Amino acid sequence: MATFKDFRNKIKPNWCPGCGDYSVLAAMQRAFANAGLEPHEVAIVSGIGCSGRISGYFNAYGFHGVHGRSLPIAQGLKLANRDLTVVAAGGDGDGFAIGMAHTIHAIRRNVDITYIVMDNQVYGLTKGQTSPRSQKGFITKSTPYGSIESPIHPMEMALTAGAGFVAQAFSSDLKQLTGLIEAGIKHKGFSLINVFSPCVTYNKMNTYDFFKEHLVNLDEDSEYDPSNRHMAMQKLMENNALVTGLIYQNKEQPSYEEMIKGFKEEPLAKQDIMISEQDFNKLVAQFA
Amino acid sequence: MVKQLSWKVGGQQGEGIDSAGEILSTALNRKGYYLYGYRHFSSRIKGGHSNTKIRISINPIRSISDELDILVAFDQETIDLNAHELIDGGVILADAKFNPIVPEGVNAQLLAVPFTKIAEEVGMSQMKNMVAVGASIALLGVPVDAFKEVIEERFAKKGQKVVDRNMKAISKGIEYVENEIGDMITKFRLESSDGQKRLYMIGNDAIALGAVAAGARLMAAYPITPSSEIMEYLIKTLPKFGGTVVQTEDELAAITMVIGANYGGVRALTASSGPGISLMTEAIGLAGMTETPAVIVNTQRGGPSTGLPTKQEQSDLMAMLYSTHGEIPKIVIAPSTAEECFYDTIQAFNLAEQYQCPVIILSDLALSLGKQTVEPLDYNRIEIRRGKLVSWDEDLPDLEYPELFQRYEITEDGVSRRSLPGQKGGLHHVTGIEHHPTGRPFENPVNRKKMMDKRLAKMKNGIDFENPVYLDAPHEDADLLIIGFGSTRGTIQEAKERSEAEGIKINHAHIRQIMPFPTEIVKNQMEKARKVLVVENNATGQLASLIKMNAGMAEKLVHYGKYDGNPFVPSEIYNQCKELLVHGHI
Repeated sequence: MATFKDFRNKIKPNWCPGCGDYSVLAAMQRAFANAGLEPHEVAIVSGIGCSGRISGYFNAYGFHGVHGRSLPIAQGLKLANRDLTVVAAGGDGDGFAIGMAHTIHAIRRNVDITYIVMDNQVYGLTKGQTSPRSQKGFITKSTPYGSIESPIHPMEMALTAGAGFVAQAFSSDLKQLTGLIEAGIKHKGFSLINVFSPCVTYNKMNTYDFFKEHLVNLDEDSEYDPSNRHMAMQKLMENNALVTGLIYQNKEQPSYEEMIKGFKEEPLAKQDIMISEQDFNKLVAQFA
Repeated sequence: MVKQLSWKVGGQQGEGIDSAGEILSTALNRKGYYLYGYRHFSSRIKGGHSNTKIRISINPIRSISDELDILVAFDQETIDLNAHELIDGGVILADAKFNPIVPEGVNAQLLAVPFTKIAEEVGMSQMKNMVAVGASIALLGVPVDAFKEVIEERFAKKGQKVVDRNMKAISKGIEYVENEIGDMITKFRLESSDGQKRLYMIGNDAIALGAVAAGARLMAAYPITPSSEIMEYLIKTLPKFGGTVVQTEDELAAITMVIGANYGGVRALTASSGPGISLMTEAIGLAGMTETPAVIVNTQRGGPSTGLPTKQEQSDLMAMLYSTHGEIPKIVIAPSTAEECFYDTIQAFNLAEQYQCPVIILSDLALSLGKQTVEPLDYNRIEIRRGKLVSWDEDLPDLEYPELFQRYEITEDGVSRRSLPGQKGGLHHVTGIEHHPTGRPFENPVNRKKMMDKRLAKMKNGIDFENPVYLDAPHEDADLLIIGFGSTRGTIQEAKERSEAEGIKINHAHIRQIMPFPTEIVKNQMEKARKVLVVENNATGQLASLIKMNAGMAEKLVHYGKYDGNPFVPSEIYNQCKELLVHGHI
């Protein structure tokens, strides 16, 4: 059995010291091992940005694509080989700005992949511009007079889009984060995990201290029922979405793969592709 | 009796124009006639003038004609817009309901047939198109039995009553015309055909069928005219083979999903037209950089921007060659008949895996939607070549941690072994950033140059594609060489035949492999001709420029473009040939 160390490689991440993404990387490696996976059974598909580099820091299959498109690449891969554990990962710019359409439609489509957003509420790799997750009034190089646009609320958005697994975590709480990633991998269908992963260089507003002060941990709320969508929405609204834990899960919703007509258990990539003469003649006859 | 003629039906979109054309042509195809059908339609569903023109012949044809013999009109607009195409003594079969008038200057015979009234008597006014089919059959002199089978197949699901009513509408149409004209109009009667079984398909059908035969099992696409038929065919067909079509949120998702699926080891494709293809260009670069196979179909339509969404054009040529940023190996092929659409699509999937790069199948609206007779497709010509793909049966040696599989190993031919996610000894990284042979990001200048050279080496010695240029070039010292690509092939061929009947020596080269450009073949042909006429549906002469770039000889090259939204007709090209040879320019 593989341990989390087997999912590590010897590459030193190009993240700043103190970046929340280190913990996300560690939590993913642990979650893969906890789920009983081997490195070759896992593919991490990432976007562009600081966090997008994460796919290169695993001893596993990794695909680092173009900005905003990790989700369609990941869905294509999963449809090609449903035996693989496919995890998409990227930043809040990747998922909620340039790739927002894919996020909503991946939720609707419900292909069995897990999407981890490293949400630092700022653009890091381009050296500090506003993000769709930045709070109003947030001053950056691109918003010197303060951001005047409303931030996206990804958790509420996911609930209304029909997500079957919605969770949020804080990079400092490695244990909770690991558990949520493992649960997301095991969930049959699309799972979204938004992780507050502070940027120590460009975000002086949403800092570790800020989250420690404001986050409400749903695990500590014995009354909370993650199967209740209404309660989930209410909880998010009451707390300005500053909650962590499993927010909502619908275990009944079939995945996309389960609903595709004629889609087999055997991965598509392993099936014979040569058409038989009989089948070919049948197809051709339609044009006679 | 005639060997060939052209028939056109027109009216408001939604009046059953398409199905009238469809039924007539399907029945005639089964009788062994060669057909070529072209739809003229607007970017709307109901209303707006629409027509279908079908050429019927006992000999092979691959082009629409200049003339029109029979025009079937459901409204006066159809007559006003199309009667000028009629030959002297042509016939207009028009619905008596709207009191049809022959426009001034048109020397045609009008037969006002009560299409609507007869249809109402039979049961439903919508069947007026079937009455019109019947009226046409009477003029063509083909036996009605050929139509019975087609009507039965088409309406079987709706029950015997509907089948009978439609057949009755056809019979009544025949009866009416026969009673009216007796033996007065016999000049449109078709000579009998060879009775051979052939197929009748649009280019998009052939591309879709080719994809299935090639083993493509996933398509991701966003609907767009004129490519949607490909996804519509595949969503009906792929589930029978375990595959599927994903209708994505946009073309960015379509192409990247295709890249993801190919990375996973499944042959996958997308299809679109100009606007959608423009959105895909960044990701096409990703496929080139990551050496991931991907097949992209571009059914060109009138550009730029939304342009002419339902009209013919060939103006994406340069964009297909150069539109992604940076430099990647890429293959662009352009089939020129529906038959080639089928075989070339199979080749496209082979090439994509053999060279591990994006392959663009460049079609155009006239080829994608023009319906043409196709000789029976040969199962034995289906061949699957997957290049240096590591198969699932192969046991790759275990990797010593933290070593990775050399997915991008430097090789002489530029192609490296391609392992798939899930294979134990194949672990590697993939990135659009410049990378090391293991796929890890690596920006070292020496490595950069090596990797660029490796990728571009794939195309250095040409590619494994049969007949990169279709040649009909019998003359060693031709007066003229005509060069084209895509749907213009049949039209050029016909113009060539007409000119040759007058003693002009013409060679014809149709470029099927556009990138890498078959320079030697083209150069050789150009050397054998006094003048070169490049025929293409665009304004700026994109193919002409490409030829000049690669083969030179700019001084003998003349570009003839048409960009009004309509395909060329043979007389246009014929006239240009004569003009060019008489005056030295056009």
